[in-house]
Amino acid sequence: MNTTTSGATRDKVARSLKRRYAAEKRFQAYGIAAIALALMMILTLFVTIFGTGYTAFWQTMINLEVTLYPQDIDPDNSRDAAAGMIAAARAKGIGLDGDAHLLDPRTAKQQALESDIATLSELALGRPMTADNPELIAFLKDRFLPANIGDEALVKDSLATWLGNEAGAFNRAIQSADYLRPVKQSISDLFPEVTGRRDKRSLYEIVSPGATYVLRDMVLDNPDLIGQRISVTVPMSDDIDQLEKGAIKAELPESARRVKDNQIAWFERLKDRGLIETTFNTTLFTAGDSREPELAGIWGAVVGSFFTLLVTLLLSFPIGVAAAVYLEEFAPTNWLTDLIEVNINNLAAVPSIVFGLLGLAVFLNFFGMPRSAPVVGGLVLTLMTLPTIIIASRAALKSVPPSIREAALGIGASKMQSIFHHVLPLAMPGMLTGTIIGMAQALGETAPLLMIGMVAFIVDIPGSPFDSATVMPVQIYLWSDSPERAFTERTSAAIMILLAFLVFMNAAAVVLRKRFERRW
Amino acid sequence: MSTEQRPVPTPTIGIPLMTDGTPKVAARNVNVYYGDKHAIRDVSMDISQREVTAFIGPSGCGKSTFLRCLNRMNDTIDICRIDGRIAIDDRDIYDRKMDVVQLRALVGMVFQKPNPFPKSIFENIAYGPRIHGLVDHKSDLDQLVQSSLERAGLWKEVKDRLDQPGTGLSGGQQQRLCIARAIAVQPEIILMDEPCSALDPIATSIVEDLIDELRASYTIVIVTHSMSQAARVSQKTAFFHLGDLVEFDETEKLFTNPQEQRTQDYVTGRFG
Ligand SMILES: Nc1ncnc2c1ncn2[C@@H]1O[C@H](COP(=O)(O)OP(=O)(O)O)[C@@H](O)[C@H]1O
Ligand SMILES: [Mg+2]
Repeated sequence: MNTTTSGATRDKVARSLKRRYAAEKRFQAYGIAAIALALMMILTLFVTIFGTGYTAFWQTMINLEVTLYPQDIDPDNSRDAAAGMIAAARAKGIGLDGDAHLLDPRTAKQQALESDIATLSELALGRPMTADNPELIAFLKDRFLPANIGDEALVKDSLATWLGNEAGAFNRAIQSADYLRPVKQSISDLFPEVTGRRDKRSLYEIVSPGATYVLRDMVLDNPDLIGQRISVTVPMSDDIDQLEKGAIKAELPESARRVKDNQIAWFERLKDRGLIETTFNTTLFTAGDSREPELAGIWGAVVGSFFTLLVTLLLSFPIGVAAAVYLEEFAPTNWLTDLIEVNINNLAAVPSIVFGLLGLAVFLNFFGMPRSAPVVGGLVLTLMTLPTIIIASRAALKSVPPSIREAALGIGASKMQSIFHHVLPLAMPGMLTGTIIGMAQALGETAPLLMIGMVAFIVDIPGSPFDSATVMPVQIYLWSDSPERAFTERTSAAIMILLAFLVFMNAAAVVLRKRFERRW
Repeated sequence: MSTEQRPVPTPTIGIPLMTDGTPKVAARNVNVYYGDKHAIRDVSMDISQREVTAFIGPSGCGKSTFLRCLNRMNDTIDICRIDGRIAIDDRDIYDRKMDVVQLRALVGMVFQKPNPFPKSIFENIAYGPRIHGLVDHKSDLDQLVQSSLERAGLWKEVKDRLDQPGTGLSGGQQQRLCIARAIAVQPEIILMDEPCSALDPIATSIVEDLIDELRASYTIVIVTHSMSQAARVSQKTAFFHLGDLVEFDETEKLFTNPQEQRTQDYVTGRFG
């Protein structure tokens, strides 16, 4: 080969090299552009959600001085009735240690229901007594039972009834008392100049009706508050809260906004007096749903999601893994297993709403299971996640090197032993990853749950998978559909919370995989 | 199986069957098919006790296939079909009454690629004895693990790190670990399928020395693609070609004075 040709070859190579490098660079640029675009979209999504949602974590509150007049809270004076009896007993020289307990409606009622004379008499009279105790007989004779003294069963009964009734009446009274009156009174006291009926109503509107629940819970906790003047921090109404956060604009004409001019003025004066404060919105994390945005929380939906996913996990993981192990390791290859395989893959592609309809037809209509219950939601989501788990588990089993099976079989392990001792542990990280991804999918699923009634308005926090409940994505859907302005930010806040759970689950998948892989 | 039913030896191509004493393994007219593919053709062979028998031959000639027939490892391949008879100590191993698990405890196997379990060195050895219920006490198990590792010449190297993963050892150590694992279930026969093909020359020579030592207590069948290895470690050598057992003889004789043209061509390096 002479120098000219080798020089020409080198030139050609150099030129083609340039082209190759250019192609490589171009390809890299495409890749980076694609990633940048994807990141930008995610960023936009996050910024939008965070931007609208972060204000939901704060709530505008007002400090009110409220007087709990007994005539408002306990108009029939059932508390005094109970207290009077104790006083009467004392006057007769019968010591009563239990009076403090007696006036606590919860303990008294609970104890009363136990109908145990020893406990009851100890509670009422300070020591256990039997029905022939003269002190007790005298006391009862005087107060309750002119006849029938000496009949132990009757005495027992009467004592129980007495305690039960008195405590019950008091309990009922403070449960259902009109706490709105003291609140209104307290607000009126702040603005004595407001007199007209319509103006007054408009004034009361600036404080959330949730104030009454705050008072009720305080009184239930400590009945001694009745008759006292107390200072409470209660939420402002959602519209005032939105005004404070700038979502409702004061600059707009009065007819174009939900907050009236005089309400704004009152609110400004309250602020000037230093009665308004902004606190962390714990309600959002601890309460169930509510019609009032400032009282609504995501906790009911979180618990609902938890129960639903729990049922899903408990069903789909064992079934999925068992199915995968059977199909991958034991099933003969014939048309039937081929058919099953094709169907599992098809199932993974079925729109989730179809599973919802199936659940409605089978679980609710045919088996008559409860509507809106997480257990049914879990069943439906199990149908949906099973294919994901089976497919992931089979892939995990396939990826276990055959040499491990041979090693086990080679020293005389049975097929079962080789699978359960060696193959399954190695496949487990892959199976768990698949399961968590399936669970994350299930956590975000909405459509099938609408079909089985998990879209109902449910205030109570579910206590078991059989109680009515909703789940986080459905709660988001419900809130996004609500007209109140304050639900907009709560929708975004709920999305953030859901995303946090999803990120947590996916991170768990990654950690789990790393953890198990790093072992050897 | 009674003596009358004992498979009648039929001559293989080349030389007659060896008849010195009772063979440990007796194969008669073995045919193996993978679906339509006829991988082993009518092979008969006697493998003697406490000797190393080497299988040589070009790639794809069926060495591994035949080796895997001896512990029924081919059972795991769905499309694989076997006919003919293989008897170990006069017991037909393809008999319906034969338990595969029992057979594989009797016939250990070492594979081409070292395949320790992804568990500790101790667990690797202890697994077999444990599933077969060979030991009752932890101290016996410790003893067995130690003696197995000692026989495999690995004890000194690993005694301080028995709790470390077996997969963390070097290739040669891993292969000796696999041999120790096979020994731990106290087999009588050890099958080795190209045990050194993934090892460097030093590790190879260590394993070869080990095989030579193990010969005193075990019947060893080794597949190798290296003729020099066969010459070094084995007493008898079988040459396979395209599924046929072409020639089976004393190793020395097969290499120096082969009876068949094909053997001659192969051992002199004319093909393969
Ligand atoms: N699992 C299998 N399925 C189908 N054919 C196989 C299988 N294993 C081996 N064979 C075929 O059987 C023949 C013998 O293979 P093998 O025993 O592995 O050869 P060797 O070990 O001598 O290289 C080869 O032609 C190979 O293609
Ligand atoms: Mg081979």
